[in-house]
Amino acid sequence: MTYSVPNSVPLLFRRLAGAVGLVWLVLTLTFVLVRVAPGDAADFLVPASASAAEAARLRADLGLDAPVAVQYARWMGAVLKGDLGVSFARGEPVTRVLAHALPVSLALGGLSLLLTFVVGTLVGIVQGARAGSKLDLALTVVTTTVYAAPSFWLALALIAVFTYGAATWGGGFPAALRFPAFGMTSPAGGLSGAAATLDLVRHAVLPVTVLAAIGAAGIARFARSSVADLIGQDFVRTARAKGARPARVLGRHVLANAATPLIVLFALSLPGLVAGSVFVEGVFAWPGMGRVMLGAIGARDYPVVLGATAVYAVLVIGANLAADLVLPLVDPRRRA
Amino acid sequence: MTRTPRAALAMLLLLALGAMLAPALASGDPLAIGDVLATRLLPPGATDVTGHFHLLGTDRFGRDLFVRMMLAGRISLLVGVVGSVGAGALGVVVGAVAGWWGGATDRVAMSVADVLLAVPRLVLLLVCAALWRPGVELVMIVLAATGWMGVARLVRAEVMGARGLPYVEGAAALGVRPARILWRHVLPNALGPALVATTLGAGNAILLESGLSFLGLGIQPPRPSWGNMIAGGRDLIVSAPWVAVAPGLAVVVTVLACTLLGDALRERLAGEHGESLAARG
Repeated sequence: MTYSVPNSVPLLFRRLAGAVGLVWLVLTLTFVLVRVAPGDAADFLVPASASAAEAARLRADLGLDAPVAVQYARWMGAVLKGDLGVSFARGEPVTRVLAHALPVSLALGGLSLLLTFVVGTLVGIVQGARAGSKLDLALTVVTTTVYAAPSFWLALALIAVFTYGAATWGGGFPAALRFPAFGMTSPAGGLSGAAATLDLVRHAVLPVTVLAAIGAAGIARFARSSVADLIGQDFVRTARAKGARPARVLGRHVLANAATPLIVLFALSLPGLVAGSVFVEGVFAWPGMGRVMLGAIGARDYPVVLGATAVYAVLVIGANLAADLVLPLVDPRRRA
Repeated sequence: MTRTPRAALAMLLLLALGAMLAPALASGDPLAIGDVLATRLLPPGATDVTGHFHLLGTDRFGRDLFVRMMLAGRISLLVGVVGSVGAGALGVVVGAVAGWWGGATDRVAMSVADVLLAVPRLVLLLVCAALWRPGVELVMIVLAATGWMGVARLVRAEVMGARGLPYVEGAAALGVRPARILWRHVLPNALGPALVATTLGAGNAILLESGLSFLGLGIQPPRPSWGNMIAGGRDLIVSAPWVAVAPGLAVVVTVLACTLLGDALRERLAGEHGESLAARG
């Protein structure tokens, strides 16, 4: 963070101040982008049949006739009060639209992130501990290829196999290997309790698999190189020489040192996950932030687009802040 | 290990060559739609009623997929290269200026970088696609404008580190102007990490372009790009999977080649400059 705040202020507050400043700057950026772009909100709201006087009145109602500085101040004031404006397309407050979508995306993303790290770290450790082996080479081919695949393309491939193929190939797959491709719940509805949960889980399998596979491939690539680097270091040889068991060398000496960059990566991988979830929600028709964003872009619904952008930014900044605060707990060298 | 980057480079050159030559060698206009009913959705390796051989089959309008894929490769490769080289150049300039002059310039530049890094790149691309008319130029400009921050941070760190080194002080003592020291002496030493980041960035840019075009917010049909070709095969994924599989494989192979090339460059740099560079992304 590049804000100069006096050192006497506790670290937590300095980080918080930096994060709040960053959120403010992102909001300002979105405001500037909309002003720089051709046309304004009234161009979309005024019907073509309206007279010039009516259009002018609507501009005044929207506050678009005021100087840009005044508009900025008014808009910032509203945002501070938690008011992100009203959706052009739906006529309801942007905050309400986003409040419906955000939990869906957080659940999808959170579950994928968890799997990403568990699978990615495990694969990376196995590869790093046996760097240069045939298994390492095979896993490297797999992770590098998956890492290079577009998420929406993988999603289509999974749908082709596990939704359509599963219904026809070889007389159909067993029910446990057939997964629905569209939406979060079965359209028929009427399910409750365990059946409803199972229905939700079955709908989540394919989208979570796509997100976690791509994420885990990236993490594995990183974990492999840091574990392989660490294993070649002097302190690891010393630990082995003094007779520490291999598991202890790996856990106590190698992984303890690999943890710090992995936590930073945890925070840094959030933007990628968000991007992936936009495509995945789009392909699988999940009613989350990504789908709201895509719908709003198609409808030129700027308040929703900008509101969603702000929420994404808050998520990323929050994740970075959390990583900053957690690091000293894991890495004694960062306890200042 | 030297075989892998060579194969990657060869693959990229082959694709680029194919993209340049294949449409020219093809018979007729690759965008033209002929006898749709007789030629549509032929599987890979089929020969149509007019005797034309289709290596990768045809799409729903009977257009040859191989030719279209190479034609799409022109745009996808161009957008990826221009986007990432533009981002790399911008990053080098911003990083060098910020690291060399420091002070307020540095703080402003790094704040802008922090802001852009706080918004996922795809979201920035989507916002711009919503606000302006989507197209090749917009995608390239926005890819460059949203991809420079990593390179800028790397170059800034290298330049700041070099500021106090003896060869810089020596040049200053000889009366060389600061701008010339930066350009002739400091910057060449800082370009290695920027080159690695730009190579890896090219793969990323190609992925993003294909994604935007898949969503209909990037390259617009009938102009083919790998992304909008995958979108075109989306509802044929069961009846004619080759329509979406072929352009997807093209993206995978290209991005894979960029990644392998970038990794190899990084390893080579790490070998030359010691361990410190190896850990950088």
